[in-house]
Amino acid sequence: MIELIWLIPLLPLLGFLINGLGQNVLPKPLIGILGSGVVFASFLISCVLFGEVNTARSAGEAGTFTYQLFDWISVGSFNLSFSFLLDPLSAIMLLIVTGIGFLIHLYSYSYMEHDEGFGKFFSYLNLFIFFMLLLVLGSNYLIMFIGWEGVGLCSYLLIGFWYKNVDYSSAAKKAFVMNRIGDLGFLIAVFAIIATFGSLEFGEVLPAAAQLPMGDTALLLITLMLFIAATGKSAQLPLFTWLPDAMAGPTPVSALIHAATMVTAGIYMIARSNILFTLSPITMQIIAVVGLATALLAACIAITQNDIKKVLAYSTVSQLGYMFLGLGVGAFTGAFFHVLTHAFFKALLFLGAGSVIHAMSNEQDMRMMGGLKKKLPITYITMLIGTIAIAGIPPLSGFFSKDEILAYAFFASPVFWVLGFIGALFTAFYMFRLLALTFFGKFRGTEEQKHHVHESPWQMTLPLIVLAVFAAVGGCLNIPAALHGNSWLAQFLAPIFADSQTIAQPFHLEHTTEYILMAASTVGALAMAFYAINTYRRNVSVTDTSKGGVLYKLSYHKFYIDEIYQALVVKPLDAASRAFYKVVDRDGIDRLVHAVGDFFILSGRGIRQVQNGHVGFYIFMMVVGVIAIMVYGFLHV
Amino acid sequence: MTIFYFVAFLSIFFALMTIFTKNPVHSVLYLVITFFTFTIHYILLNAQFLAVVNFIVYMGAIMVLFLFVLMLLNLNKDTEPMKSNLVKIMGTIAGMCLIATVLGALKVIETNNGFVTGNTDFGLVKNLGKILFDEFLLPFELSSILLLTAMVGAILLAKKDKKEA
Amino acid sequence: MDHIVQNIQGIPLNHYLIFCSIVFAIGVIGVLIRRNVIIIMMSIELMLNSVNLLLAAFSAYRGDASGQVFVFFVMALAAAEVAVGLAIVIMVYRNTKSVDLESLSKLRW
Repeated sequence: MIELIWLIPLLPLLGFLINGLGQNVLPKPLIGILGSGVVFASFLISCVLFGEVNTARSAGEAGTFTYQLFDWISVGSFNLSFSFLLDPLSAIMLLIVTGIGFLIHLYSYSYMEHDEGFGKFFSYLNLFIFFMLLLVLGSNYLIMFIGWEGVGLCSYLLIGFWYKNVDYSSAAKKAFVMNRIGDLGFLIAVFAIIATFGSLEFGEVLPAAAQLPMGDTALLLITLMLFIAATGKSAQLPLFTWLPDAMAGPTPVSALIHAATMVTAGIYMIARSNILFTLSPITMQIIAVVGLATALLAACIAITQNDIKKVLAYSTVSQLGYMFLGLGVGAFTGAFFHVLTHAFFKALLFLGAGSVIHAMSNEQDMRMMGGLKKKLPITYITMLIGTIAIAGIPPLSGFFSKDEILAYAFFASPVFWVLGFIGALFTAFYMFRLLALTFFGKFRGTEEQKHHVHESPWQMTLPLIVLAVFAAVGGCLNIPAALHGNSWLAQFLAPIFADSQTIAQPFHLEHTTEYILMAASTVGALAMAFYAINTYRRNVSVTDTSKGGVLYKLSYHKFYIDEIYQALVVKPLDAASRAFYKVVDRDGIDRLVHAVGDFFILSGRGIRQVQNGHVGFYIFMMVVGVIAIMVYGFLHV
Repeated sequence: MTIFYFVAFLSIFFALMTIFTKNPVHSVLYLVITFFTFTIHYILLNAQFLAVVNFIVYMGAIMVLFLFVLMLLNLNKDTEPMKSNLVKIMGTIAGMCLIATVLGALKVIETNNGFVTGNTDFGLVKNLGKILFDEFLLPFELSSILLLTAMVGAILLAKKDKKEA
Repeated sequence: MDHIVQNIQGIPLNHYLIFCSIVFAIGVIGVLIRRNVIIIMMSIELMLNSVNLLLAAFSAYRGDASGQVFVFFVMALAAAEVAVGLAIVIMVYRNTKSVDLESLSKLRW
């Protein structure tokens, strides 16, 4: 069955080609069915392949398959094949990408129904799925890089989908530029890997790396560069500012690309190369600190935002920070588990937010909402599930994944745990604030909106329900031993992290300690949830931006990070390029070029006088020429 | 022997007259005389066929053609466009320089003045005809096509446009 | 015939070369100093003839008939050239009412 693997990325590519070429010709239902259908077909194949891997794992094998399509680059001793790698890690990612991808395609069918760019939208989505699958399936860093760049491109295209709005276009550009910084890191890492290992295949690099000593400098460089790449793609400090702005794109895009799949590419990549990172403790420290800082900072900002999608965007940044914290403290399984659960509940929340926005006629400000509980029952219930899940209240999925990360963090350093715990409290607070502002209290919108509010059609609610189910029960995938679970996911992924596990200090916490940690975070999350609901269900004036202390203002203005970047990077660059333009370009190069041009113009103007049209003169010159040749001739005989 | 130098002197003299006479008709007549001296040169070289051809074609046909055109266009001394003296001097100097360089070149390259004794009669009509129709048959025929083409071209060019007519 | 051969033998080939160069140069001077297109064409004929004579002289001195054949072809060519050239002169005269070379200075920048 592994032979079918090439179909998985090919089908979305076909969908992209057909929808892209026929976007103005094909009828909307056909485009929708085709766009969703190819992804669904990929999902089915992915399921089959996942079954294969699972069977292999159950039988005690590693469950790793490679499928070579063709030799791609063959230069001297350096060989690179275009091949796909199917192992437990990529199998799960396949399911996430195609499964959630399909649900979001389905959702988009209804959400984008009245948009003139319907066909374009579906073709971009399909292209995104294609590149994401390439990223996931690539058996070497270069194919991964193709996917990496490709999803960046699709992200750009989809953020700027409503390109007529200048703000949206610049948000897209911002995302692209920010991503480029990270991509440069990836490229450098790729070169460094070639230089160090002479290969890019995971199957050769990772075992070779396992032989290297702890703290190897080459590994340090590679891992740092890979981490920079990850901070760009997965929106970590200091490159995270593009993600909130990326909410300019249509909501399904935010759900698919900027919550569930693309932004987790960095975590996937680090998890894939975990052995490199395990052997580079400095990088691990940096990852943990950066992840934690991002988680806290983004959570602080999320507390005061009023745009429903902005809250979710900062929440995404924050949750990604948690995943990096998990990676940094060696909880690879936990981090990947969080990727999984986060994909469920954050996609759910975004789609729910989309449903709300849809119902409110494109109103995104939560201050204009409220009391939608009755009007949008399905959306409300599913979003409630998503909120509980993300807040980390048991027994929903977020609790398990976040707790695993926090447990590892505690094991690494209690300080990490305390900070992570505070971040978790913030998470619970802003998520319930969102819920309260949106669904509780009185309706605060206009009369027209009130009249218009309605529950969304089944294409939109079905994905919500499915995702809600997964968000609710997703945690069962990896119930820790402390709760008498069998840690299925950890077992399943074991071969991927095996090398790291043998090197790293074995994780061990007393079960009682774990219980205390769990209890603490659960109680804290519940307390924050009730506090938020009580504060915001009636009292909306709290969201008034004019009042509040320094901290509030800092948070509301996103800690002025955009402004700081503007002042520290953009302005100096701008001034430098202006100076270069004036001094080097205009006074230097332009002058030189103009001088050359002027020289030829002037000399042409002079020599042109010779060409005066008088045949006699021409003959005269000819005679002079003949004489000259003869003189030259017999001077040299 | 002296006859060559005498005729050569005449040739140069009449050539100069040709180009320095203001009246174009006189120019043509001087040119006819120049060509006549050339005919004598050919005879001196025992190239009788060329002498005859030169006499008929150049002095007869070509010169008459020139004269005819001059008459047709009614050109004479008054209508003759003349260049400024500066240009004339410049042209003369250039010509002198040309002679000087050619002669200089000839002096550098040692010319073999030797005379190859042997058959001196090939300039006769009979002998030349044999060569012409044997070795050079193809160029000879081609030259006939060239003349035909020139004739057609000349007629086409000189013919008055129908519009003007 | 003998005295002709003797006559030729008495004159070095160099003198033919000098003589023909002078006539050729006179032709060049004629082209340079006259503005009448017909005179210029006559000067060209002068040049052609000087070369012809030189060819014939070389032919006689070398005892090779090819030179004289070549002169014959040059004459044919000259006849063609004069015919076409004069036709062009007539055309030009018809259009510009002049045989002045200066009136033909359209070929310029």
